[in-house]
Amino acid sequence: MADPLLQIRSLTKRFGGVLACDGISLDVPAGELHAIIGPNGAGKSTLIGQLAGEISPDAGRIFFNGRDITRLPTHRRSSLGLARSFQITSLFLDLTVLDNVALAVQAHAGHSFRFWRPARSEAKLRGPGRAALARVGLESRADAVCANLSHGEHRQLEIAMALATAPRLFLLDEPMAGMGADESSRMIALLGKLKREQTILLIEHDMDAVFRLADRITVLVDGRVIASGAPDEIKADAAVRRAYLGSQKANHHG
Amino acid sequence: MSAFFTARNVVIGALFVFLALLPVYVVTTGQFFPLTLFTRIVILALAATSLNLILGYGGMVSFGHAAYLGLGGYVVGILAREGITSGFVQWPLAIGASALFAFVVGALCLRARGVYFIMITLAFAQMIYYVAVGLDRYGGDDGLTIYRRSQFAGLLDLSGKVQFYYLCLALLVAAIWLVSRLVNSRFGMVIQGSRSNDRRMQAIGFPTFRYRLAGFVIAGMMCGLAGALLANHTDFISPAVMHWTRSGDLIVMIVLGGMGSLFGPLIGTVTLLTLEEGLSRLTEYWQIIVGPLLLFIVIYAHGGIEGALAGLRRG
Repeated sequence: MADPLLQIRSLTKRFGGVLACDGISLDVPAGELHAIIGPNGAGKSTLIGQLAGEISPDAGRIFFNGRDITRLPTHRRSSLGLARSFQITSLFLDLTVLDNVALAVQAHAGHSFRFWRPARSEAKLRGPGRAALARVGLESRADAVCANLSHGEHRQLEIAMALATAPRLFLLDEPMAGMGADESSRMIALLGKLKREQTILLIEHDMDAVFRLADRITVLVDGRVIASGAPDEIKADAAVRRAYLGSQKANHHG
Repeated sequence: MSAFFTARNVVIGALFVFLALLPVYVVTTGQFFPLTLFTRIVILALAATSLNLILGYGGMVSFGHAAYLGLGGYVVGILAREGITSGFVQWPLAIGASALFAFVVGALCLRARGVYFIMITLAFAQMIYYVAVGLDRYGGDDGLTIYRRSQFAGLLDLSGKVQFYYLCLALLVAAIWLVSRLVNSRFGMVIQGSRSNDRRMQAIGFPTFRYRLAGFVIAGMMCGLAGALLANHTDFISPAVMHWTRSGDLIVMIVLGGMGSLFGPLIGTVTLLTLEEGLSRLTEYWQIIVGPLLLFIVIYAHGGIEGALAGLRRG
């Protein structure tokens, strides 16, 4: 059997006196949508930061596609096929929507020490860019300046940019953050469509979305994995209920 | 049709016609002063255009760009003093020395952000300024007179005022054209993306440092050439050329004309230097008028004069 696409082994990160990640181990096989949930301060952002290469772990290893990427810089991981979307929308606001995705395509189309040909008329960059916009339903906004898009459209563009690089693994950091009910349900539909074509590691607060989309769920509390399994198992897990779902349950009965 | 005759295009077109025909006026009337002034304007516009590549398009606020003006000038001056007057040696060396200096400064400052970036570029410029002050053999503080302009083996005669002016103008046009190709290329998209959101650029897979460094070096080389021209124009080079206030002037020219626009630096240079020339005849406190004007432009016209013109519809 092939190795899982992403293997995390005993990942540990300490900030001063706080253990943000305490020996986290986790496997994500190709084709899976794996969700990570946990209360605020559980270490989700630190984990994704280490996966993306923005935070370097104190101990532990990360293997991607069988290769140790623990010490690789962000841009190298990205070129290996690890794409991330940001929790807080992080786009090129003064460029057009198509420029944004075309840049993502360009990042994976060889080096950019090309000084002469106008990049905005290169079909090799614009074509896949438009295709990625079409996949998230933004093709009609291609020529709009990014700053003029709505919040929901920004989130869609975030995803289009990650898709444009044809990633092997897609790190999605709270794609539903700050969305209204309407936008959320559209995003859930979009992710439901994407998960059939794409391995996804999803970090999300919206429980409804997580339980509808995830193949497997890992629950983090205080930097530690307290449970990992199929949605039904997680719902039934006593430790998870105590640590995480407990307060919601109490509200239901109260 | 009407899209071509925008206020912006008309002004830029008129400016170039004016610049191209100025020597005709000068030769007919025999008054050479405007030509001297505009040779200086064209050379400094070249320097501002080079700074605009990294500041306007790349978001790198270099506060030591005048160092390259001095560097290029001193290469010409020192070589001339040592008896090497061939432009074919002087100019490539001026450009090469600037490239080397830009590489070292860029390699250090591009790892820093914001104010630190500005301070490091300023510190390097001050350092080279004091090195020039200490060059006793080459005039030190007083500067160095250049007795013979760069020689181009009969191809060009730089002591001919009109010929020299046209050479500068041709180089300025070439530089603007070069910048227009650069900023629209893949390379240009990378430095503009990096200005907009460098963290995201790295997340999508760009090692942005090397591209920004390349931009920094290209800008330094262009400004080094401007320095070689300036030394030939004034027949003189002194540390004052690279005083930090000169770097400030270059930034003012860009902000005034329009940051990140192709012709902004030229418009800004023409505006600032003609205002300076005109107003300083009226009063020695001309800066009292230019200061508020600059403030007005910064507050009300974000894209500088070029941006304001582009916003106007043709009547």
